[in-house]
Amino acid sequence: MKKLIVSPSPHIHSADSTRKIMRDVLIAMAPAFLVSVWFFGMSVIMLALVGVLACVLTEWLITKFLMKRKSTVSDLSAAVTGVLLALNLPPNSPWWLIAVGAVFSIGVVKMSFGGLGQNIFNPAIAGRVFLLISFPTLMTDWSLPDFWLRASGAGVDAVSGATPLAIVKEGLAGGMTMDEIFAANGFTYSEMLFARIGGSVGEVSAVALIIGFIYLLARKVVKPHIPLAIICTIFIFSGIFWLIDPQYYTDPVFNILTGGVLLGSFFMATDYATSPMGKTAMVIYGVGIGLITVIIRYFGSYPEGISFAILIMNSVVPLLNKYVKPRKFGR
Amino acid sequence: MRKRTFSIGGVHPDDHKIARDCAIEDLPLAPLFSVSMAQHLGAPATPAVAVGDKVKVGQVIGEPSGFISAYVHSPVSGTVKAVAPKANLLGNMVVHVDIEVEGDEWMEDIDRTGDIVREITLDREQILERIRKCGVVGLGGATFPTHVKLSPPPGKKADILILNGAECEPYLTSDYRIMLERGEEIVIGAEIMKLVLGVPRVVIGIEENKPEAIENLGKIVRSHEGIEVMALKKRYPQGGEKQLINAVTGRQVPSMALPIDAGAVVQNVGTSLAVYEAVQKNKPLIDNVLTVTGECCPRQRNLRVRVGTPLSFILEQSGGIPENAVKIISGGPMMGWAVSNIEATTVKSTSSLLCLTAEQTMRKEEGNCIRCGKCVDACPMGLEPYLLNRLARARKLDELEQNAVYDCIECGCCLYSCPAHIPLLDTIRVYKREVLGIMKSRAAAAK
Repeated sequence: MKKLIVSPSPHIHSADSTRKIMRDVLIAMAPAFLVSVWFFGMSVIMLALVGVLACVLTEWLITKFLMKRKSTVSDLSAAVTGVLLALNLPPNSPWWLIAVGAVFSIGVVKMSFGGLGQNIFNPAIAGRVFLLISFPTLMTDWSLPDFWLRASGAGVDAVSGATPLAIVKEGLAGGMTMDEIFAANGFTYSEMLFARIGGSVGEVSAVALIIGFIYLLARKVVKPHIPLAIICTIFIFSGIFWLIDPQYYTDPVFNILTGGVLLGSFFMATDYATSPMGKTAMVIYGVGIGLITVIIRYFGSYPEGISFAILIMNSVVPLLNKYVKPRKFGR
Repeated sequence: MRKRTFSIGGVHPDDHKIARDCAIEDLPLAPLFSVSMAQHLGAPATPAVAVGDKVKVGQVIGEPSGFISAYVHSPVSGTVKAVAPKANLLGNMVVHVDIEVEGDEWMEDIDRTGDIVREITLDREQILERIRKCGVVGLGGATFPTHVKLSPPPGKKADILILNGAECEPYLTSDYRIMLERGEEIVIGAEIMKLVLGVPRVVIGIEENKPEAIENLGKIVRSHEGIEVMALKKRYPQGGEKQLINAVTGRQVPSMALPIDAGAVVQNVGTSLAVYEAVQKNKPLIDNVLTVTGECCPRQRNLRVRVGTPLSFILEQSGGIPENAVKIISGGPMMGWAVSNIEATTVKSTSSLLCLTAEQTMRKEEGNCIRCGKCVDACPMGLEPYLLNRLARARKLDELEQNAVYDCIECGCCLYSCPAHIPLLDTIRVYKREVLGIMKSRAAAAK
């Protein structure tokens, strides 16, 4: 007689899988990455390759030899961390820098908590902050890669690719007004939107990031709540300061387009494991990131603050999940 | 106009309504019928016949053994061969009455003509008695005795009757077919229940993926005051009682309460047809329409099947069990039961036999929870399945109770949507039972 399988319902499953989600995230990061390759050349590809390889290898070694479990690298989450880390570094970083960051991201931040979904902090952000604190010179060396110099045939002027936020911070410290800083550096919003603002690999083009994010929304991988909450909060909160003294505080649009706000809010603040599950909690989380970012930018010693803001709010997530519950049916 | 639907959660599984265009056919009679005495929710019926008795179609063979219980009638004419416990399609041992078929002789007082009887001549009490005597139970799945559902407890009053024509489960098409082919009888059934409940308004809720049914019933209800058809957005589990009430009226049945507490009574369209047949034609509930379907099945069919037909007979008559089928499901793929025994027989509420292949139904290996929150988004009760699963696995019963595990309707949306393939509902279901048991004994102790 034919043998039949008996199991509890449901008997069908959606086509969703962890691997598909991670693949979508990789696809969504592609536009920003490609724009970066266009501007900075091979060095960026090298960074991403080393990042992915180091992340995957670290996870594979840990699952195989320390945890003695089936390898989880095929879920592509380690690869996502590798690419994210590459997007977070200066384009001219040496290959070993990202390798060190990758080992920290995966080995310490992700696997020591039990691997995918168990970590409290976003591995890529924590890796970036780890590198920023450990190698401050390298991590703020925004000089352009040799490739760019050769290709553009530019002179000495082009070598300094410091981030707009760093330039502003320095300018303010030197007693300049905002108008003077903007005039001296020729900042325009169209440049920030479309391409070539000084900064890490992933933030050269806001439009490329937005395209990637729209893809994630369309594929229902993420919800808009967290990024919107972050961006609106930064806009409003920095707007208040700017209205008080536009010569001392950067304007709200500038704050959103620079310093990795888009990269951070689209791709890192939305990381499943380290962000809340409920929609209300998501908004609280996003508002928190926005507030902390602006405070660090205006009053802290670092020119940009979204990485720290995300890490700080990461630590609040378990609390948010516990106390900010979704509304139940019938009450 | 924006179509209405329920307010929290839900998923959108593919339709797979491949049997939708197959008209209802009558299945020939099997040589031997085996009728379960547990056709309904509540206490099983007590057998009213003995081995050797001759029975006719429609004759009572099981009597209710409590308030929440129902009559069972013989679906065929013939000789009683056995009255004994037997495995039903879930593998549970239940008393069955086996009847060897001889001819097809019906009880004389059953109106077997195809004429539609429109005029309702009985009064409220007579109608209720007729529904009870004819063994009508809810055909939407829960098989709650219909006369009980139509008699709200004192002090509680319904102001709306909702007919459930959502048929939100993939594959199932039996409700769709009766809405096309037996539309007028369904509406008369609604008219009868409207009278019994004394409600001013009846809404027939149908998902928008069945435009022909919406059109057909829409046309019919035009001549029935107070009855309307409402097109609903396609979304599973819209056919869940609480979800349907929410979609149609915007009201939410409170936690642990019954639909009547939100002023609503919900009946399946199939039940409405059964009510019509009972009240207007004096025909007991001895048959129902079920779908034989699945991509691997040689024939897609909608069959009118007498209660107590062996599943194996239905499958043989429809081309046999497909070679590559690994699972046969009674009901839909989201909430149906995997059949453990194809020698078992149908009951009043068997709505389908669905054959699935390994590719369609095999579960994938469980991975780490990535905390994506998809289960939280999918849960129509606003629960947090990932958390309930975690608490269940740690056996934290008190925390499970605090997180309202008892509200779970076991729709399967969480497990369906989990990208890490975690068997969320499996664990939640087990511990929900345990928590409910504790709550019950606690309540009993407090008395």
